[in-house]
Amino acid sequence: MAEFIKFDRITKFYGPLCVVENLDLSIAKGEFVSLLGPSGSGKTTLLMMLAGFEQATSGKILLDGAAINDVPTHKRDMGVVFQSYALFPHMTVGENIAFPLQMRGIDKAETAARVKQALDMVQLSTLADRRPSQLSGGQQQRVALARALVFEPRVVLMDEPLGALDKQLREQMQLDIRELHRRLGLTIVFVTHDQSEALTMSDRVAVFNKGKIEQIGTPRQVYDEPATRFVAEFIGETNLVEGVVEAIEGREATVRLPNGAQIVSAVSDGVAAGQGVYLSIRPERIDLAEARGAARNVLETEVTDSVYQGDHLRVQLQNEAYPLIAKLGRRSREFAPGTKVFAAFSAGDCRVIAP
Amino acid sequence: MSGSSSRMGRSLLLLAPLFLFLMGFFVWPLFSMMSQAVSDPAVLRLLPRTAEIMGDWDRESPPSMPMQTALMEDLKAVDDDQALGDMVRRLNSARSGFRTLMSKTTSALGDAASPPPDLVSIDKRWEKPEFWIAIADALSPLTDRNLLAAVDLGRNSAGAIEHLPADQSVNRVILVRTFWIAALVTFFCACIGFPYAIIAASLTGWKRDLMLAAVLLPLWTSLLVRTAAWFILLQEQGLINDFLRAIGLIDAPLALIFNRTGVIIAMTHVLLPFMVLPIYSVLITIPKNLMPAAASLGAPPIRAFLRVLLPLSLRGVASGGLLVFISAIGYYITPALIGGPGDQMISSIIAFYATGSANWGMAGALGMVLLVATLLLYSVYARLSSDEPGRR
Ligand SMILES: Nc1ncnc2c1ncn2[C@@H]1O[C@H](COP(=O)(O)OP(=O)(O)OP(=O)(O)O)[C@@H](O)[C@H]1O
Ligand SMILES: [Mg+2]
Repeated sequence: MAEFIKFDRITKFYGPLCVVENLDLSIAKGEFVSLLGPSGSGKTTLLMMLAGFEQATSGKILLDGAAINDVPTHKRDMGVVFQSYALFPHMTVGENIAFPLQMRGIDKAETAARVKQALDMVQLSTLADRRPSQLSGGQQQRVALARALVFEPRVVLMDEPLGALDKQLREQMQLDIRELHRRLGLTIVFVTHDQSEALTMSDRVAVFNKGKIEQIGTPRQVYDEPATRFVAEFIGETNLVEGVVEAIEGREATVRLPNGAQIVSAVSDGVAAGQGVYLSIRPERIDLAEARGAARNVLETEVTDSVYQGDHLRVQLQNEAYPLIAKLGRRSREFAPGTKVFAAFSAGDCRVIAP
Repeated sequence: MSGSSSRMGRSLLLLAPLFLFLMGFFVWPLFSMMSQAVSDPAVLRLLPRTAEIMGDWDRESPPSMPMQTALMEDLKAVDDDQALGDMVRRLNSARSGFRTLMSKTTSALGDAASPPPDLVSIDKRWEKPEFWIAIADALSPLTDRNLLAAVDLGRNSAGAIEHLPADQSVNRVILVRTFWIAALVTFFCACIGFPYAIIAASLTGWKRDLMLAAVLLPLWTSLLVRTAAWFILLQEQGLINDFLRAIGLIDAPLALIFNRTGVIIAMTHVLLPFMVLPIYSVLITIPKNLMPAAASLGAPPIRAFLRVLLPLSLRGVASGGLLVFISAIGYYITPALIGGPGDQMISSIIAFYATGSANWGMAGALGMVLLVATLLLYSVYARLSSDEPGRR
């Protein structure tokens, strides 16, 4: 994979506070990478360093092989979409979009043509003469997007651009941005703390925690094969059960749970027999039955509560050692509280995580 | 019904102090100043009987007997030669020949041996309505003399408006000087205040507080004290000259006081808060991310400033400039203490007329010139700021 953007051991301090710590990250040309993490984990800071608004305390940022640490923002040729849009209030929509073209000395006729094209792209052609204050949030967002794309930047940076929109509009915009990414072959770095947004849109997701990347991979990888407890808990919902590894055979480990039950689970490198670990079991991968089935892993539990949530049924389970949560498809039968049930799942549906 | 009217009454009662204050200390002084400027009851005071009778005159027919008798009695009763001279001058400027006619008439009236039966017997000219018209006009208590004199204009003997002779024309020079000094002070305040406000608005925490306190603190000190402080600083043996000599930058002391330089320095300092605060209050409403956004779109710092920050903060600069300019044209103490004779501004002329020579008419007229200039500026500002594009 060709490295288009490369963060090389980047560290950033605000006074004594270390916000980004010794971080490495490579992004390929045309890739859509999301930076996902809780509030304060340093995502915006990383993006600001890439855009040139902040200076890294140490480390190098490379763009297309050249270090850009000392290149000022206006020469970096990156389109930035801010969370609060940052449209110029004294200019019309058309003037806002023309601004980057004027800064590049593009002549009037071509500017007009490209502004029109950009407005068509975000379906705002009729609003070119309005001021930003006369637009709805979603429309302003699309103007900001058009303004960041109209000058065909080398990279597009977006900092929680959809945070202020309602759910429906947000989902529409997610699809729109993804479509634009595919059509124009853009390289996009997208900051969000909404995990479903990151999973929906990205080629790869980098999960941030306290200034470090906990895991980077495709949405499928970070969801199905969380590398750390933090990733497992931050992305989606999961059951974490403590246990001790008894044996490892290839990519499978046998784990003994506190109540003596044995579970066979997928495992990645770096875990040894005898080690105390966590097992992560996704709630929607658990099947419930009143009879012990043929699955590899079966746990005896009792239903304590069951809540109907529209698209799924959420069942709380408890045995003598640990609680579990299961999400059942809406066609599944209901279980009354107190019912003894067997929770079954395959080895590939759970994962050993080193503590 | 009665509830609502009693509530109405109560709110009027609550407004009464404000209303009385405005009437007593704002509307009434303004009104009396303006009326002083245009009123001239001198002739009316000297000729009360004539005024009463001439009210019924039709301005065409020859003067009636009672009119002549009344004027004779009035003239005989005059005991103030100065006031009489003023009146004759005014009548003569309205109708030439009045001076000789009057002196002939007064000397004839003063002849106690053979008192003339009527005015026409003293001089035939008293038959002509023109002279009586001049008297009738002069009896009117309104005049534009002061207003014209305030801008160095006057009426000649034919009643046409013309420039006053050079030795009486100082007001216009001083008015121009006043506006020029005010414009310079506004310019320097903008040059210093705009960057200052930008820096203050870009800082946070105690640094911002410190910068704002540095502008606000002088506002809590009396103007006189601040001016006196500049008086000490700018002297030939003052701190500034001593310091510059100590570091060897100059050999002879700079002339910083009793000249234009000192006035501009001191007034710029005194008025700076009025420039900084409006600009600052506009700047802090501008979203912080607009300048980074402009940079990311390819704008170098200078162009980003010209295209984004400057247009958005212009409203603050305009209101700051207006405040400073309007305050500056009324300045009195600072030019009086720090300036030389060639730096006196219109306020000191007003003060001279008001307290020095008790010429309230001229003081009021010059005040009106200032008022009109201010109102004009304000209306220009209001027009500009109402169609300001950045306004939401
Ligand atoms: N200018 C600054 N000065 C000092 N500390 C800062 C500054 N900017 C950010 N920080 C601190 O750096 C840390 C990381 O901030 P950052 O904005 O990168 O977080 P984030 O991951 O984008 O969070 P969010 O999801 O809330 O936007 C936070 O603890 C924040 O308080
Ligand atoms: Mg952020």
